[in-house]
Amino acid sequence: MSPHDTGTDTASTTAVTAPTAPRSAAAPQELLAQVWESVMAFDEAATVGTLLRALDAGTPAEDLLLDVIAAVQGRVGREWAANRITVAQEHAATAINDRAVAAVALHPSARTEPTRGRVTVACVDGEWHALPARLLAEVLRIRGWHVDYLGAQVPAPHLVAHLHRTGPDAVALSGSLATRLPAAHATITACQAVGTPVIAGGAAFGPEGRYARLLGADAWAPDARAAADELACGPLPRPRPGHQAVDDLPHLDDQEYTLVARSRPRLVRTVLRQLENSHPAMRSYTDVQRERTAEDLSHIVEFLAAALYTGDEDVFCGFLRWTAGVLDARGVATASLLPALEFLERELQDFPRTTATLRAGAAALTRTLLTAAGTAE
Amino acid sequence: MLVADARAVVVHANEAAGLVFPDARPGTAMADAVPGWLASAHARHTAPLLPAQRPPAGAGTVQGAVGDRSYEAHPTPSDNGTVMWWLVDDTDHRLTREALWTERERTEFLVRSSNLLLSSLNLDRCMDVTAQMAADHLADAALVFAPLHGVELPIVSCVRGGGPSVSRQVVDPQEVPGLAEALQGFPPVPSRWLDPSAAPAWLVPDGLDTVGSIVITPLPGHGVPAGALVLLRADAANAFTEGEEVFARLFAARAGAAMSAARLYAEQASITDTLMRELLPPALRQLSGVEYAGGYRPSKDHERVGGDFYDVHPAAADGEPSLVVLGDVCGKGLEAAVMTGKIRNTLHALLPMADDHHRILSLLNTSLLNSESTRFATIVLASAAREGNTVRLRLTSAGHPAPLILRCDGRVEEAPTKGTLVGALPEITTETARVTLAPGDTCVLYTDGISEARGGPMGGAMFGEERLRRALSECAAMPAEAVVEHVQMLASQWVGSGRHDDMAVVVISAPRTNHLSAVDGHTRGRFTT
Repeated sequence: MSPHDTGTDTASTTAVTAPTAPRSAAAPQELLAQVWESVMAFDEAATVGTLLRALDAGTPAEDLLLDVIAAVQGRVGREWAANRITVAQEHAATAINDRAVAAVALHPSARTEPTRGRVTVACVDGEWHALPARLLAEVLRIRGWHVDYLGAQVPAPHLVAHLHRTGPDAVALSGSLATRLPAAHATITACQAVGTPVIAGGAAFGPEGRYARLLGADAWAPDARAAADELACGPLPRPRPGHQAVDDLPHLDDQEYTLVARSRPRLVRTVLRQLENSHPAMRSYTDVQRERTAEDLSHIVEFLAAALYTGDEDVFCGFLRWTAGVLDARGVATASLLPALEFLERELQDFPRTTATLRAGAAALTRTLLTAAGTAE
Repeated sequence: MLVADARAVVVHANEAAGLVFPDARPGTAMADAVPGWLASAHARHTAPLLPAQRPPAGAGTVQGAVGDRSYEAHPTPSDNGTVMWWLVDDTDHRLTREALWTERERTEFLVRSSNLLLSSLNLDRCMDVTAQMAADHLADAALVFAPLHGVELPIVSCVRGGGPSVSRQVVDPQEVPGLAEALQGFPPVPSRWLDPSAAPAWLVPDGLDTVGSIVITPLPGHGVPAGALVLLRADAANAFTEGEEVFARLFAARAGAAMSAARLYAEQASITDTLMRELLPPALRQLSGVEYAGGYRPSKDHERVGGDFYDVHPAAADGEPSLVVLGDVCGKGLEAAVMTGKIRNTLHALLPMADDHHRILSLLNTSLLNSESTRFATIVLASAAREGNTVRLRLTSAGHPAPLILRCDGRVEEAPTKGTLVGALPEITTETARVTLAPGDTCVLYTDGISEARGGPMGGAMFGEERLRRALSECAAMPAEAVVEHVQMLASQWVGSGRHDDMAVVVISAPRTNHLSAVDGHTRGRFTT
């Protein structure tokens, strides 16, 4: 069964035999606009149709995956943050994109015999944004690697068992949420303990991949193309045996991360109660509103913990700035964020690193709110 | 003790010095009486330099060979330019130091090998490490053989400074004296020297031009043959000493243990995989115009199976309904998973009566009651058939949470079905619900691992059916796998790092109709609106 109707089969053959002579390939911008429109209409058929026509016309599959599908997905995320689409629309669009990746990967021009080594592509445990990893897996496959794509939410024991069985040249680890950095560290060290080097990528690893280095990843890449280039340069060096991972993060000795992370539910309960006492309006919240607030608080504590783990206040400040932007876009008052930080600081006053992080966060948030107020005027 | 003056003429040599340097008689030139290293050291001390530029007193000790022994010479310069040389025989000291140095290097090498070998349970990797370490530290080239694999002999070869290269060759180990015995593993045979001229060409790796000496060492494993190690040196003059051969055996013992552990692990993993394959949840996709998607997370992250299960059995004939099964066996882990396998097989055999849910469940009930196991299960059955643009469903719950119907406008309804669980009582009662899914509508089957998940932002709260309904109402018109992923994500985030039960969810959707699906089931279609 071919995914092509008879009208495009000829074009597909032409494209395969003469890939250097693309015919009427839609301009990238035009293609991007078309795909964006059909993805947001949740129209899988039109999306896949547009992409397959572009492939038939000679557009390389890698370009479609990275310059069209990944670009559309990036815009989906930005639109959601700006409250122009709902979370459900975001999920639906992601699902369409995922199917689009599958369709592109099946196209004859994207099929390659493995000529290089073997790479395992996985997401950090607890990571649900699987599309970036999926795109990387397909790009590596197109470039001739033997790829094992393990998908989202891979518990470290499964990954390690897989490494023992298959003995790949490298693990490509994708993460988008900074709160999963402790889990990413566990995964990186586990892979290295069995002698497999790790190349990390994704928003979680920070600007210029600073957390990838901090957590001891053997390499970092800003995007799928760069990751594929890096792997093509030659085998990553095997990790040093006998390396003690605890030496990478000496600041964890103060136990502040562990204590804050472990007491998260209690902190959320306490701060929520204090907010209700000090903000009478909150007392009339519905259960759903109350739970949303608790979820927001829970995220704050998670990012605080991630900042303590990495020893980098920017993890926390960046999250607060982003949250203020998202809440603002949804017309939610950001005023309760600052008191929440104050209450947290009161609860955690015995922890010097934590208090300093909370203060840095409050300062960053104040600046953001002032700037936002300035632009609004 | 030997004294020489500023003109490098020997002034005095005591009896001991005379024994070492028979030519060192007063009046002879240093250059004629002592080895070059001592003569040039003397020259340095008597050079016409300012006293400040001369080596300070107590420094300037030199060392060198005299015949087959070695000496240290300590200078004591005097003001008139003569230097008194105190000679100390340090041959034994030096030999001891060298032996210690070798031992240190060997220990370090063994530790490094052990670290590298212990870190992997992958046979190929262990063979690579063994070949490379051996080639870099024990010989000019090394070959590692795993036991025969059918008629092929797996070989990893490595030349010093190069990388390991893997091959499988159809060769007869009998061609190499001692190799077949070494590969046999038990009883262990001693290392064997091999005449290089007797070695077949395949024993000499590319990149090694000449072969001077070859030694074959068995790799003893954990009671199983692990393979053999062949070390090659290019130069016959630099043959293996007995000490080196003993040391190679120490290395071989570690490499053999690692390789046999990796082999046993691979064998076990392959057995587990084979047995597990039947228990893993199937991958779901579109079938006869109905979308299916499923997701599963066992209670323990290191396991892949548990007490929840689901299946979608395609219709035997076109137009007939497919049967979806979702169930939950009491208990968790491997034992529960084995039970799900039995139930899935039984249900598979009962497929011909899929049009009567009550009958299937009753028969399953009887079969569970008659089996030796005391486990019971809750099950929900769904028969789904496409009818025009809609999907007609018959849903029957046997002690299971009732399926939720998500309409494309976001309303969530509970399917009116109930029944008793199976495997507990001699008779069961069930009520079947009939539901029609309009295009974009979705039916969600889930196990109580989702609704009863404990956690939440404030800890200790149950996820609950209400929260599930609310979450689903935000999923209106999503593709089936997006609904599954959304529910799984919320449940996972709810439990966080806490304990949880097995969690399974299956979604049945009537595809949205802004297009017709292509006849062949592929996604390319034509717009109708």
